[in-house]
Amino acid sequence: MKMSYRDALREGIQTALDSDPRVFIMGEDVGAYGGTYAVTKGFLNKYGPNRIFDAPLSEAGFTGLGIGAALGGLRPVIEIMTVNFSLLALDQILNSAALLHHMSGGQFSVPLVIRMTTGGGRQLGAQHSHSLEGWYAHIPGLKILTPSNVEDARSSLYFALTNPNPVLIFEHALLLNTIEEVPDQPCRIHPFKGLVKKQGEDLTLITYGGMVNRSLEACSRFSSVEVIDLRCLRPLDSEIIFNSVRKTHKALIVDEGWRSCSLSAEISARIMETCFYDLHLPVERICRKEVPIPYARHLELAAIPQVDDIALKIKEMLA
Amino acid sequence: MTSINCRKLLFEMMMIRRMEELSLELYTKEKIRGFLHLYVGQEALVTGVMSLLRKEDNVMATYREHAHALLKGVPLSSIMAEMFGKSQGCSKGRGGSMHLFSKEHRFFGGNAIVGAGLPQAVGLAFASLSQNVKRNTVVFFGEGAVAEGIFHESLNLASLWNIPVIFICENNLYAMGTSLERSQAQTELTKKAQVHNVISQAGDGMDVFDVIEKTRQALSYVEEKKKPYFLEFKTYRFRPHSMFDPELYRSKKEIESWKKSDPILKLRVHLLDREMITEVEIKKMEDDIELLMQEAVLFADKSPLEPVTDLEKNLYEDVL
Repeated sequence: MKMSYRDALREGIQTALDSDPRVFIMGEDVGAYGGTYAVTKGFLNKYGPNRIFDAPLSEAGFTGLGIGAALGGLRPVIEIMTVNFSLLALDQILNSAALLHHMSGGQFSVPLVIRMTTGGGRQLGAQHSHSLEGWYAHIPGLKILTPSNVEDARSSLYFALTNPNPVLIFEHALLLNTIEEVPDQPCRIHPFKGLVKKQGEDLTLITYGGMVNRSLEACSRFSSVEVIDLRCLRPLDSEIIFNSVRKTHKALIVDEGWRSCSLSAEISARIMETCFYDLHLPVERICRKEVPIPYARHLELAAIPQVDDIALKIKEMLA
Repeated sequence: MTSINCRKLLFEMMMIRRMEELSLELYTKEKIRGFLHLYVGQEALVTGVMSLLRKEDNVMATYREHAHALLKGVPLSSIMAEMFGKSQGCSKGRGGSMHLFSKEHRFFGGNAIVGAGLPQAVGLAFASLSQNVKRNTVVFFGEGAVAEGIFHESLNLASLWNIPVIFICENNLYAMGTSLERSQAQTELTKKAQVHNVISQAGDGMDVFDVIEKTRQALSYVEEKKKPYFLEFKTYRFRPHSMFDPELYRSKKEIESWKKSDPILKLRVHLLDREMITEVEIKKMEDDIELLMQEAVLFADKSPLEPVTDLEKNLYEDVL
């Protein structure tokens, strides 16, 4: 059947609410407004105000509340409207959610899920176009999911809720209207692992989230590029990368985040550390330009990796 | 208040005082390292509040929390071992003085980010409420925390959603070295709670009976109304903020004048005057406390170090 990324998220949330009374949804405009991206539209009526909470603009406050509720035995699903605003809750996410289990000698666990949209490309300007999921992947104690397709959007909340740790889910804003063919029942395969989206022999393209479809489109112009969707940025599925690079001997990383000190830098370093002698070329990276994302359409397009940028780089590397 | 209860209060306050003074000695001997924040002078506050709490209640505290952990039931030996960085410490040597935890005793730390525990306490109380579990949630924080945005977010959330949590402000007048009047335009802290429609009351944190009375009122209000409550207790720390504080910001005279209202001294005199206790019995308490301290230090000393091979354990909870 056909399903949109938005409906897949809706299905995931409804399944969670239906199957576990400990689950509740809390965030800005998730109730009466129906969700900024209409993901939770109608849920307040269906599930009532004891399951769906319209929170005030207090990201740190309701994220901290979620941590406490998780410590107290509930399964909070906190929605932070976008990754940009999650910085207001960063102290709670990093200094408490991520640290508590280890810092308490393994006594307390924080089974908290935080969903947020991410990414640029809609002319929303510098403060609404961040792609910071790689940044969050820097933090030990968190797990980071980046559903890039409808099937993963359906399953990511299930993966997160069946894991007793703080899990951040980054939903790409540009994917919400994507419609894909999916099976009647969710597959829920390989939680917290990468997947080979397209087999190939000549080059390994490693990407995630909003860049997966662009990369696949660019690769359709070439006969034999292997595309890996990381799906989960922490833990990072190194093996799927190494296995592919050992076969293709070339690696290209496509990351919507900034280049310096980044996820793409981490992946590149891991390839170098483990597959140095397998490489026929230096590892290459395509990332967003190191500027705040500009408003003007042509500048924004130039700042965020596009299909043609990816295709051009692949062509160079295959030459 | 019966004489037995009063004796227990005195014993606990004396025990906290001795634990803190001993920690200082052990710090100078380099048995305890890192930051060490002592509760000397503030004993009546935590003792009064904790005397009304039960094992099943939730408590969150700050980085000046040895006493809170102790009175919540965390064994002195495991607190000491934690400060020694040992494997039998209550956080397996991962936390230290500022991060004491005990799941068994529902003691949720030990938070060293000012104000960060407040929303989490709201969440704990929210969980109890929605699971229909009868337990109180109490969060302690210093007056420095009222300057943080998270203080206001937390009070608003608790008030807006009728979440029964007791906010206890330990107002010791200085946020590290910055006095309240130098950091807040409004120094009447109860007013800050009132703007969020949270009922509030101020009390004398140097008087254990006042602390008990005010806390009792808060507990019965919270239980009956299922709403939050804000308590401010004025108190004073006799020791520097931490071991690294030369105390340039306050005078010796000020400290000495506050020492005249030493809460332990005050309680002693109160009990002796009413012949509820004798000097001999107090001496016996001191001896008993000394024994407990020696046992705890011995335990901490003997406790093995966590093997470095276990360093990376407990980063994630296992999937069941």
